Amino acid sequence: MSKYQEKLSHVLAAAVVGLIFGVGLVISGMTQPGKVIGFLDLTGDWNPALAFVMGGALLISTFTYPLIRRLEHPLLDQQWHVPTSRLITPRLVLGSVLFGAGWGLAGYCPGPAITSLATFTAKPAIFVLAMLAGMFAYHAFEKFIGPRFPGSK
Amino acid sequence: MNVVWDLNEVMMAAIGGVIIGVAVSLMLLWNGRVTGISGIIGHSLKLTRGDWYWRVAFTLGLFLGGVVMLALSGPERFIDTTDADMGTTIIAGLLVGFGTLMGSGCTSGHGVCGLSRFSPRSLVATLSFMASGFVLVAVVRAWFGGN
Repeated sequence: MSKYQEKLSHVLAAAVVGLIFGVGLVISGMTQPGKVIGFLDLTGDWNPALAFVMGGALLISTFTYPLIRRLEHPLLDQQWHVPTSRLITPRLVLGSVLFGAGWGLAGYCPGPAITSLATFTAKPAIFVLAMLAGMFAYHAFEKFIGPRFPGSK
Repeated sequence: MNVVWDLNEVMMAAIGGVIIGVAVSLMLLWNGRVTGISGIIGHSLKLTRGDWYWRVAFTLGLFLGGVVMLALSGPERFIDTTDADMGTTIIAGLLVGFGTLMGSGCTSGHGVCGLSRFSPRSLVATLSFMASGFVLVAVVRAWFGGN
């Protein structure tokens, strides 16, 4: 695979996708942390509505994915950039468990938090800053501790 | 367990989900990529990579989607009814940032894109973060009661 060459068309396409995604998130209810925690609240007043967000998205993408992958290459690029790893590692499970805990604590996952920055209120802004700090911390972890962690590539 | 929901909410969730499904399909069709939001943001923090601009553009698009919806439908769809204080919010953000990069994805990358291509990795990740979220909320409820 040759080195990825970023083009203006990729940048514009990504912006359009982000915009549509953000609109979908707000309509779906994912930008309301109380609803998210209500969805995770099995032992309290459980609100299963948000399961239909993933359901609605999968209804479309499960159909379109194999259709689009029949093309030789994507419309704006000469090669695919879809993940290929099939390894189930300690990192995959531990990372997902940590993520789930943070999601349940504040009711934000990464996308809705970014979209909610539009309100210019404190909570999403603080959450996003902390999330970026957590991402920097992970890059530092990979650099200094990563090679000694179980399941390293 | 006490199930509380209404049809209108379910309809909006499904419509929003379909729109998200269209968005990830366009990302694949145009740029040949999965739309994993934590990865798109997290890997933009490594400035040495040669693919910085599309990541920032996508993130700006997500923000603009919020601006558009705020203008069209007002602040109700962004209302936060939780009582998470600043300390909780910071811990949550740190966990989400660190965890999504360590687990190579979040709700969008694993939950939508990964599951739609039947990736076993994404199925394990999705079950892990959902289970973790369910357990965390149940523990918080058991220890602190209320919401």
